[in-house]
Parts: sequence; C-alpha cells; structure tokens
Amino acid sequence: MGFTLFYLSAIVLIPFGGLILRACETSLGEFWRLATTERALAAYKLTFGASLCAAVANAIFGTLLAWVLVRYEFPGRRFIDAMVDFPFALPTAVAGLTLANLFAPQGWLGQFLVPLGIKGAYTPLGVVIALTFVGMPFVVRTLQPVIESLERDVEEAAASLGASRFRTFLSVIAPTLMPALLTGFALAFARAIGEYGSIVFISGNLPFKTEIAPYLIVMRLEEYDYAGAIALAVVLLMFSFVLLGCINLLEQWASRFQR
Amino acid sequence: MAGTVTKKTSLRHRASQRGTEESAVVKWVLISIAMAFCAVFLLLPLINVFGQAFSKGLTYYRDSLVHPDSWAAIRLTLLVAVITVPLNVLFGVAAAWAIAKFEFRGKSLLITIIDLPFSVSPVVAGLMFVVLFGLQGFLGPWLDARDIKIIYAVPGIVLATVFVTFPFVARELIPVMQATGTEQEQAAMTLGANGWQTFWHVTLPSIKWGLVYGIILCNARAMGEFGAVSVVSGHITGLTDTMPLRVEKLYNEYNAPAAFAVASLLALLALLTLGIKTYLEWKQARDYERAQAEVETARL
Repeated sequence: MGFTLFYLSAIVLIPFGGLILRACETSLGEFWRLATTERALAAYKLTFGASLCAAVANAIFGTLLAWVLVRYEFPGRRFIDAMVDFPFALPTAVAGLTLANLFAPQGWLGQFLVPLGIKGAYTPLGVVIALTFVGMPFVVRTLQPVIESLERDVEEAAASLGASRFRTFLSVIAPTLMPALLTGFALAFARAIGEYGSIVFISGNLPFKTEIAPYLIVMRLEEYDYAGAIALAVVLLMFSFVLLGCINLLEQWASRFQR
Repeated sequence: MAGTVTKKTSLRHRASQRGTEESAVVKWVLISIAMAFCAVFLLLPLINVFGQAFSKGLTYYRDSLVHPDSWAAIRLTLLVAVITVPLNVLFGVAAAWAIAKFEFRGKSLLITIIDLPFSVSPVVAGLMFVVLFGLQGFLGPWLDARDIKIIYAVPGIVLATVFVTFPFVARELIPVMQATGTEQEQAAMTLGANGWQTFWHVTLPSIKWGLVYGIILCNARAMGEFGAVSVVSGHITGLTDTMPLRVEKLYNEYNAPAAFAVASLLALLALLTLGIKTYLEWKQARDYERAQAEVETARL
C-alpha cells in the first residue's frame, strides 16, 4: 500500500503537479494569448476535426466488424478476430511509416488512388487514415461482448410480430448497442486527440495545413518556448479530462443497461 | 455450460427459420465489407512493412540492422524494456493487491489516477518530465550542478516509458484479483502461512495468466513508445535513439528501406505479442469449458 502510493506519486503525480505549477506561473492573459495563436487554432481544428472523422469512421466500420465477427461463421473469422488488436500491438511509429508509404504516390495503394485525386500522404486525409487505424480496436472490442449477450428471444419476438429484419435492427438491436457504441466512440476519439507517433510520418506537418496540436507542442519545445508548449499541453489535458469524465458516465450508463 | 454450447448451435439452426437472421445476400455483403476493411487497414500495412524492408534484398536488410547506430538503438530499446517492465510489474501487483483485497477511502480516485497515463497524450507526458528535470525545469539547475543528466539521456527515456506503460499490469490484474476474492488467502493465513508464503503459493498461481498478459502488453508498449520518448530523448544518434526514433530518423534521411528494416523488427514484436495474447485467451476459454464440463459430469 505504502509502496503503491509512493510509486504513484513519484511517477504520475509529481510530473503532473510540475506541469500545472509551471502553467500557473504565466498570467491568465499571457496563457490565453499563447494557447490561442493562429497556428495553434489551426492545429486544434485539424486535431479535433480529424479525430472526429476517424472516430465516426470507426463507429461505422467497428459496429459492422463486431457484428460480423460475433454473428456470422466464415473462413478466416478467428484470424480477423485476433488481428483486430493489431493496431494496439504495433508501435505507432511503424504504423505511421507503413501507412505513409502505402498512400504515397508510388505506394501500393497510392499508385491507384493518387491518379483518382485521393491523396492519402501529406494531407489532412492522411491524418484521418492514420487515426482510424490507431483507434480501430476500441469500438469493436467494446461492442463484441454486448452483441454476444443480446437475447435472441427479443429479436424473435420482434420478427414474430411482423417486423422486418431491418426494422428489428433499428428499433430493437440498435438502442441496446448505443451506450457501448458511444463508449467505444469516445475512447477512439480520446485516443486520436493525443496521437502523435503515427501522424508525424503521414501528415508532412505543414503549419496551418497538416500540423496537429501535439506536433506543435514538440515544435515549441524545440524552440525552447516552454510557456507556449505548456499552454498547449494544458488545453489538450483539459480536453482529455472532460472526455474521460464522459467515458466514465457512459460506462456507468452502459452497465446499468446490461442488468 | 457444455450444455449451453449444444443449445446455442441448435438455437442458431432454428433461428434461421424464425426470421432472426439476415438474408444470405445481406450477410455476405456485410462480411465482404468487413473483410475488405480489414485487408486495407490491417493486412496491407503489415505486409507492406516486410515488403519494403526486403525491397533491396536480404544483404541490405541485414546491413541496415547491424549498422552501428541501428544496433545501438536496438540495444537501448531492450535496456529500457528490461528496466521498465519489472518496475511496472512490481507496482502493478502491489496496486492491484491493495485495490482488490482491501477497503479504503479514495479507492476509485486511485483507480482513476492509475488510468491517467492512458488518457494523456504521450507528447504531454514527455513534456511533464522536461518541465521537471529539464535545464529550465524545477530540478534542472540542481541536477546540472551535480552533473546528473536525465533529460536528453537514458534515465529520462526510462522515466517517460515507465509513465506511459504504467497502467497495463495493474489494469489486467485488478479484475482477476477481485474475482478470486479473499477467502483463499484468509484460509492460508489461518493455516499459519505468512504473508509472503500466502502470496507465493495462493495469490500468484491464481493471477498467473493475467500477469503474463499484462507483462506482454506492457513490454510491447515499452519497446514501441514514440511520442513521450521522442520529447525527452534529444535524438542523439547512437546514444539516445530507441528503435522507433531510429525509424523516424532513417525515414527523414530518405533511407526508407533501412527504416522499414528496423520497423520490421518492431512489427515482428507486435505479431509475437498478438500470438501470445491469442494463445492465452484460447487456453483460458478451454480451461473454463473443461472445468464447467467437470462440474456438469459431477452433477450428473
């Protein structure tokens, strides 16, 4: 117990406190100016916008994938089920490297997509692609147990009352999946906001165009502009705390739904 | 439970007649979309890593790995993992033990704090250590006067990695320990075992697989961490470059095949991690089914 608390405070709380303390040293007006420079605003816009797009893509494909993996039998099902965790296991730098290479003009996918006008590498679209890859397991893994525990009887009842399969899905299955889906969505979103490793490779990091907020922090640090870096970090931190709170509430809601 | 397995299949068989299954066309369209998505987003990136790594031949691949700077990066990554993982295992077991076996105030706060590193951007995590130990940081001048280097040196990399990988073991163990409860430990204690004996003979065997699981996840992240390490490392070639940082540097030097060669090792590590994880899950499911079947036969 004592050891736990000691280790916890040494590794987590003291660094946290340090950051907050430093942030408090700058005056509020100065902090506001540093956190809302034009370059920073562009970076927030890209970070949040791309994260939102990626989370939506994950919600759609994740639901589909979870449904297919639980409900259907087909060759390769077990293999895909195991592979869903691959983005968790793969270091983000490797993910960014290989995705950037795939979507580059000479890459395996890029050579077909770039002539069609779909530029994956060094564009905001690339950021969305990388974030979708990184956040993919969240929705699938939160939905799978819920779909497994669905009562078939309810669907049978709906069907016997004359509902079409689509109608059953919309009014019986979808509402039950909602809390878990939202949790997975929020987890993927939160992860995408803080993501750094995979983006550095694929985005090209052009200020005002493809520069994400975490990259801007690194840039500020390299210019020895500590106050600027800390201001941006605090904004990101506050946002992740708000999301964390939402996720906790959602999980409570979801577990109430289960009973 | 063995009974439910057969019941499930018969249910599925009947279900198709009761209209609780999609038509075959819808079903195969859904499966095809899922397969296509997985092929583009999971398989292709993986195959691409190895394809690019070997694109200039086997000799080039080997030469890029034994290049002194890459070799130094591999050694540093292993060193960081060797220090980080045992530290976090020790903490994970202690924290999970405290949370699962004792009642105290602020328990949920403790769990939230343990999860904190997951919700913080790795870059912000790295920044915290720079603020603390960097030259302009709180302890910077003091450390500088004593000629101790933490930021832009190996200790900083270790600290940042410990921070980022710190929830894995505890997170895996807390539910396992909560599920087993405290009766067995209490029984061991009343039979005269001391705390250490109880832990070694009673607690450890029951959390064995959860622990292995936590360790491999922690290890995978420790070796692959990029954001936090990149902020504190200083990118000194041959000294403070870990494997992921080496990948970035080679890529920026337009030496993509070499970058992919180093990346392929990390991808192998990821595959190995996944393999062990899948095996453990399969084994747990099998053990569970066996135990349930025994209960069933005993009842009959």
